[in-house]
Amino acid sequence: MAGTALRGRLTWQVAKVSAVTVETASVRTLTLDVPHWPGHRAGQHLDIRLTDEDGYVAERSYSIASAPGEPVAITVERLDDGEVSPYLTDELRAGDDLELRGPIGGYFVWEPENGGPLLLLAGGSGIVPLRSILRHRERTGSTVPVRLLYSARTLNDVIYRAELDRPGSDVEVIYTLTRSQPPGWSGYARRADAALLAEVAWPAAAMPLAYVCGPTSFVEAVSQALVQSGYPPERIKTERFGATGGT
Amino acid sequence: MEALDGNAIGGLLWEVFGTEMTDAASVCASCGAARLVAELAVYRPALGTVVRCRSCDSVLMVFVKIHDRTCVDLLGLATLG
Repeated sequence: MAGTALRGRLTWQVAKVSAVTVETASVRTLTLDVPHWPGHRAGQHLDIRLTDEDGYVAERSYSIASAPGEPVAITVERLDDGEVSPYLTDELRAGDDLELRGPIGGYFVWEPENGGPLLLLAGGSGIVPLRSILRHRERTGSTVPVRLLYSARTLNDVIYRAELDRPGSDVEVIYTLTRSQPPGWSGYARRADAALLAEVAWPAAAMPLAYVCGPTSFVEAVSQALVQSGYPPERIKTERFGATGGT
Repeated sequence: MEALDGNAIGGLLWEVFGTEMTDAASVCASCGAARLVAELAVYRPALGTVVRCRSCDSVLMVFVKIHDRTCVDLLGLATLG
């Protein structure tokens, strides 16, 4: 089966880093050359495994940042007390090997036939799987209207800013900067709560489909506010990644 | 400790069950709540993985990895799959 991954099997394999892109001071995108990649869906993740000289193994999951059909890429935020992320952001170079398995996940995924309108809600590096969804929408020619609310600490912490500043047609990108704002900032400057969502979210009557990704506290606050505003729980897909990462 | 989603353990579940499980249906044996595995609450203390019901907080699944073996307790589930 050279060249194809066995369907139904999830096996560790060695990928090669083909490029490292600086996104922010603490965030890097690693583009990967994965020899046996069965293809992924927008919103899925993969697992990374690091093994040290003593045989100690650390595994972490990372959302896939690229669209289906594009080279596999992950975007990693450096956590200062992390076991894995500092190695990925600071040590890895193009040409290095990296052990991974995937793609994984059948829930937090979007296909054009799922429709919309789409409400994408990102806290910090929760933008990563939503970026895959946005690119997939663009590449498939979907005309589903999108609103993206992206909560970040500061403008310098916004990942993919150049890309998000040139959104496609029918894509509206709304930032809220929770810690500090540049001079003259006219966007939002507060946490994503019910009041903010009431201003930016599609009305529930439009039958939107919501994807919420970020730290647990962000996801809980946002999803509860959406339910209170009338979104059916089954139209809200959530992905929590714990207490780490800034919003 | 903050809860993650069932989605976060897609790789572990695939190891144990041999297939993608995050979109499988589950029913809590305590309260009967039916949810997709991706929607369950996952806690990952150092020793293993605990999956709880988002409705009644009952323990549904426990996974503990020792060397290359994973010990699995699914007694909190009425159905899975």
